[in-house]
Amino acid sequence: MQPVSIRLSRCGKTFPDGTRALEPLDLDIGAGETMVFLGPSGCGKTTTLRIIAGLEAPDEGGSVTFDGVDVTPLPIEKRNVGMVFQSYALFPNMSVAENIGYGLRIRKRPATAIRQRVGELLEMMRISPLADRRIDQLSGGQRQRVALARALAAEPRALLLDEPLTALDAKLRDVLRLEIDGLLRRLGITAIYVTHDQAEAMALGDRILVMDHGKVAQIGSPRDIYQRPASRYVAEFIGTMNRLSGQPESGGFRTAGGLLPWAAAPHAAREAWFRPEDTALADAASAPLSGSIDAAFFLGDRTRLFVSIGNDKPLVVETAERREFRIGETVGLQVDASRILAL
Amino acid sequence: MALRRENSLLIALLLPAGIFFCAFFLLPLVRLFLIGGEGKLGYAAYAAIVTDRNYFRSLVSTLVLAAGTTVITLIISGIAGVFLQRHSFRGNAVLVSMLTFPLAFPGVVIGFMVIMLAGRQGLIGDITLALTGEKLVFAYSMAGLLMGYVYFSIPRTILTVMAAAEKLDPKLEEAARSLGASPWRVVLDVIIPGLKPAFLAAGAICFATAVGAFGTAFTLATRINVLPMVIYTEFTLQANMAMAAALSFVLGAVTWIVLAIARQFAGGTVAAAG
Amino acid sequence: MQRKPLFWLQLAFTLSVCVFLVVPVVLSALAGLTVNYQTGLSSGLTFRWVIEVWSGYRDTIFRSIGISLACLAVTLVLGIPAAYALAKKQNGFTRALEELLVMPVAVPGLATALALIVMYGGAGGFRTSWLFILVGHVLFTLPFMVRSVLAVLLAIDLKTLEEGAASLGAGFIQRFTHIVLPNCRAGIVAGSLMVVTLSMGEFNMTWLLHTPFTKTLPVGLADAYASLRLEIGSAYTLVFFVMIVPLLIAMQAVAQKPKQTFKTDEE
Repeated sequence: MQPVSIRLSRCGKTFPDGTRALEPLDLDIGAGETMVFLGPSGCGKTTTLRIIAGLEAPDEGGSVTFDGVDVTPLPIEKRNVGMVFQSYALFPNMSVAENIGYGLRIRKRPATAIRQRVGELLEMMRISPLADRRIDQLSGGQRQRVALARALAAEPRALLLDEPLTALDAKLRDVLRLEIDGLLRRLGITAIYVTHDQAEAMALGDRILVMDHGKVAQIGSPRDIYQRPASRYVAEFIGTMNRLSGQPESGGFRTAGGLLPWAAAPHAAREAWFRPEDTALADAASAPLSGSIDAAFFLGDRTRLFVSIGNDKPLVVETAERREFRIGETVGLQVDASRILAL
Repeated sequence: MALRRENSLLIALLLPAGIFFCAFFLLPLVRLFLIGGEGKLGYAAYAAIVTDRNYFRSLVSTLVLAAGTTVITLIISGIAGVFLQRHSFRGNAVLVSMLTFPLAFPGVVIGFMVIMLAGRQGLIGDITLALTGEKLVFAYSMAGLLMGYVYFSIPRTILTVMAAAEKLDPKLEEAARSLGASPWRVVLDVIIPGLKPAFLAAGAICFATAVGAFGTAFTLATRINVLPMVIYTEFTLQANMAMAAALSFVLGAVTWIVLAIARQFAGGTVAAAG
Repeated sequence: MQRKPLFWLQLAFTLSVCVFLVVPVVLSALAGLTVNYQTGLSSGLTFRWVIEVWSGYRDTIFRSIGISLACLAVTLVLGIPAAYALAKKQNGFTRALEELLVMPVAVPGLATALALIVMYGGAGGFRTSWLFILVGHVLFTLPFMVRSVLAVLLAIDLKTLEEGAASLGAGFIQRFTHIVLPNCRAGIVAGSLMVVTLSMGEFNMTWLLHTPFTKTLPVGLADAYASLRLEIGSAYTLVFFVMIVPLLIAMQAVAQKPKQTFKTDEE
């Protein structure tokens, strides 16, 4: 199977009731790439996926091409894409094997070829013993594997996954995330993965498209998005961000807790943004910043502290120090100046 | 584009049923309405049901009969339905089967059941004859009709009540009892309010059925003065097509409105049968 | 467990309701098999009345079976596509349509029958054929088929199942036959049983729609009740019970289908 490259141009979506689900979007997805659409519910990520799948038509003027061929007028059944739905959409009237073989049956493959391919997929997903089970006899994780196998059986040109892990509990999500990652790398298939879970997006995506209210907030590699978020929205959506308000002055950034040594602070900056992992406890006497402990959570290997400085939201700091922290205690903080962003 | 294609497909799928429905129900009803106005009273025929003393009297007795049926059925089915839903004991399923078994008996057969019980050769007559020396026969009167309608309405009402009682959260009752409510207060404050939509829906069906049913009255006696019988008499004996049309149109409107109102209040599915 | 007096009171009440419903059925069955009901069982049991009913009213029995099966066929063909369309588009318009479609159940059969007569009474061949009755029965039973199938279609996630099938390459006809029909089978079965049972017992409309040559079973019953001796009416009723009881039992069995089992993750 040859992975396909996908291009969206000017793809917008306005629903009949007038709501704009998606602002016109241009996007290139390379052959064999795993692209993650990330954002909160209602941001337009599922709509975009459904336009690529052929379940929704883009507004007038938009087009979808697969390997340069315009597929906009084709309904999903003509696009040869594999799709995994959030609720799996397994057919309750068919067994596991019949579900997996359905796409091949539609393509009128001979029965022996179907049986063989279904066997391969059952093996690949490690669910061979379930072949004759009814769908309502399966657990959530098993259903997820059947749905993946079914989507892959007919060797689709692209695999589209719509929040495939959302319905599962946290532990199982971790296991399956790893499996899906391995599967996508091994198959080298073009994959589009929709999720609202940033950890999933970071783990799976070659690139991530962060969406906000039907618009692109940022597009880039997980590293880019995390380390150089393009906006406050992206910064706050991905991971945790500390924010400290103040004024730039010579030699740093004046805050309620002291002078932050941020020489590169832009003239107009009124807030400094930095990650918890770039923030560390320091000796209160010599540290540039000081604040008081609002709350302390002992996590076992480390302690998470909430330190309040002035009227800002408490900063999150994690430390491996083994001592006990008292609420109200004054602590010193230092921040890796090269990691501070203005946003 | 894809949307338009899907819409025309759906319309095509609705079309056969729609055409059948228009040709054999809507158009005939319109015709019925027009014919109702073609008699010697003109469209005043539609008011005759309240202006004409005889029609009005049958309307009132029909409504009284229907109301009586509804109240009696709801009390009986409410008690039995909640009881069967709440208690599991051996034979429970058999009781439910027996109580819902007459579900689809036609009106004529119901009428015959009433005759078997309260007719000239009926069981009640035999028993009262043995006990008091006098034979109690009431099948061929309003009382017999009432009994028939209750008989007819019990099965479906019990089913509705049981379905609703199943959805009642027993924790609400436990909560009420934990707050010190007596069993009667629990019934009053938790169970009856919880079952209200079901009672409304089932009651509306009882009422509409009792207003519009014809088979039972027909079997028991042609002289029982309820609206469906009056319409039938106008149609066959008096050959007064216009009056029969006007009265049956009004009758149809009454039952349809009762059910529509009940559906507004109760939500869900309310439909009469019979 | 110790039962409270209230329990026994309610049980007694429920049992007496049962007696009220079941006793006349038993009495009528017995009457149909007794030589002389007035004298009682001592007069002996006989199949004489049943045989008399069979020879006199056989045609009504076959006609009723025929009409109810034809009614089933028509309601399947009209009802399933309509239910599917109503399930696919849930908006004000389709809800109004559904409301309209249910009207023949809310409106008394007498009114519907009169309406049919004033409209088509002049169409000689149609008026006097069994098709005239069939039309009435379809009007009355179609809502039950539509409702029953629609309820199942709304309970399953039809949209996603169909999208799933489409993503695997299935076109509309394939989706309809492979996915939609098998998954609403329970609704189709329940609706079919209801349609056949109701059509078999329909009287309100049929009494006005029938002609002397198109009598159905309930029409024959009304005849027999009015003009013949109690034993024959009972025997006829017995025949009707024998035909309808299997349908009712099947209906109860379908309604009490065991609930779906869910499995939790064992990974």
